[in-house]
Amino acid sequence: MSGRASPVPEANHGAASGAGAGKRAVRAVPAWRRPLRPYLLIVPALLLTGGILYPFGLGLYYTVFDFAASKPQPDLVGIENYRRIFTQSSFWDSARVTVAYAIGAAAVETVLGVAVALLLHRASFVGRVLEKILILPLMIAPVIAAIMWKLMLQPSVGVINHLLKPFGLGGVQWTDTPTGALLSSITVDVWVYTPFVAILALAGLRSLPASPFEAAAVDGAGWWFTFRRLTLPMLWPYVLVAVIFRFMDSLKVFDIIYALTEGGPGDSTMVLQIRAYLEAIRFQRYSFGISYMVVLWAVVYLVTMVLVRYLGRIQNRAAEVPG
Amino acid sequence: MKRRVLAVAADLALILYFVFALFPVAWMVILSLKPTNELFSTYFSFTPTFDSYRTVLGAGDDQGVPFVRFFVNSLVVSVGAVALSLVIGLPAAYAAARWRFRGSENLMFTLLSFRFAPELTVIIPLFVLYQKLGLFDTYVGMVWVLQLVTLPLIVWIMRSYFSDLSPELEQAALLDGYTRKQAFFKVALPLVKPGIAAVSLLAFIFAWNNFVFPLILTSSNAQTVTVGALSFLGGDRPKYNLTAAAALVSVVPPLLLALTIQRYLVRGLSFGAVKS
Repeated sequence: MSGRASPVPEANHGAASGAGAGKRAVRAVPAWRRPLRPYLLIVPALLLTGGILYPFGLGLYYTVFDFAASKPQPDLVGIENYRRIFTQSSFWDSARVTVAYAIGAAAVETVLGVAVALLLHRASFVGRVLEKILILPLMIAPVIAAIMWKLMLQPSVGVINHLLKPFGLGGVQWTDTPTGALLSSITVDVWVYTPFVAILALAGLRSLPASPFEAAAVDGAGWWFTFRRLTLPMLWPYVLVAVIFRFMDSLKVFDIIYALTEGGPGDSTMVLQIRAYLEAIRFQRYSFGISYMVVLWAVVYLVTMVLVRYLGRIQNRAAEVPG
Repeated sequence: MKRRVLAVAADLALILYFVFALFPVAWMVILSLKPTNELFSTYFSFTPTFDSYRTVLGAGDDQGVPFVRFFVNSLVVSVGAVALSLVIGLPAAYAAARWRFRGSENLMFTLLSFRFAPELTVIIPLFVLYQKLGLFDTYVGMVWVLQLVTLPLIVWIMRSYFSDLSPELEQAALLDGYTRKQAFFKVALPLVKPGIAAVSLLAFIFAWNNFVFPLILTSSNAQTVTVGALSFLGGDRPKYNLTAAAALVSVVPPLLLALTIQRYLVRGLSFGAVKS
């Protein structure tokens, strides 16, 4: 690309005086200003982007100092903050919890969401009625969802233990044990976001071509064979979009954990964003808290790149399949 | 026969999932109608009362949580954020859809990376910066930072809507002597109106539901419902009925809006990656 802007419908004109100049509209804008137009449209967005990137850059800058409320005159410490992070066991504990949360939430949401989509795709009467309220949990703020579940999971007075009493499970300490707290927070995540996967998977199912399925039915293929060999491979690009979104979002989970457990009990749900929050905002060790976030940001960025590239390959392959 | 059994089983499985999905909301309704003296002694049978709603929507409870004010704050900052994103995002989305120019893809991907960036990476420096600039706990400060949420969404989705428009319509308008500006305002924009409406509502919902920005960047004046709802849980005697009422009141706007844009949700939620 020469850097010269050209409206897409006329993109085949390499030079300003193309062969098809006869079809050109008369323009009020002088020729020298035309290449500038897209840039002028983009300028506000650029300014705003800059307004977001500036604090990010400032954050990066802070990480080589030891800036904190107790040290308003910070010293340059170079990579000391990062060295401290990587040598502290608390960082690796947090990383493990974060990855466990993200994999757990994304896996359950994917399986459950695809299952719900398959069931809704049958379009029975019950399904058509229920589909109208499918998105309800997804539109509730995650922090509000966590508050709701916190009230229900209360060990002594919560409704969940009350409902479990007949089954002899009255006193489960849901959010007061390390494993229970992690599973409870994943449950809230699943409650909120399963509809997200289900909606995308359902859109995918409805856009699949009919002919392969008709052929399979004629050949007497069983349900499982059809699902494994036809539905799933063709649906995979859609599901993958959902998986990428959910996995990346779960890596930076904050709202749900903050409202439900605040990282406890002990450090059992201390995911990276919660720890960074406590470091920077509660203990006011700004530099150290931001360093945590820069590490997470770098990881998220790399994982996104890899996954998006994989997604592109999958979608290209899907496009090559004769429909 | 076997087919009938399977069909019933499938419906039952669906109903089971929807019980899981709807029960928490139903339970909040029940909790919010409970009188305080029956809060921990009853489950399903009690004398319902609207006291909790009166308290939440009144002047606040005895802990002094001005919830109505938080509700108004949420409205102001969410509408403000969407409006700013539209003014800035629509021209950018149009340019990105209609021209290929140096840096356009880079800008789009920078915007997209905002969507996946851990929020605190930007918020902690902003927290320090806002204190210096006097933007801490203000509407302007909140509208500005919410662009992280609303702008990428609006630019990406509107680009996909503009790309779906046949450029020939604008070409025809240009041949009729319209300027580019007129072609954009009189031809392109009216055609993507449904898209604009849907993406604005979705952006509003995400702005409204945001929690981490107001948690860190506001204290009282500009605090929103998501942070406010948590304050009922404070104190040594958590007021479950007030918390439930506050939670329900704060999910009403997003739920109402969501029902109006069901058809557009797929494209919106997947940033244009999946079109239904």
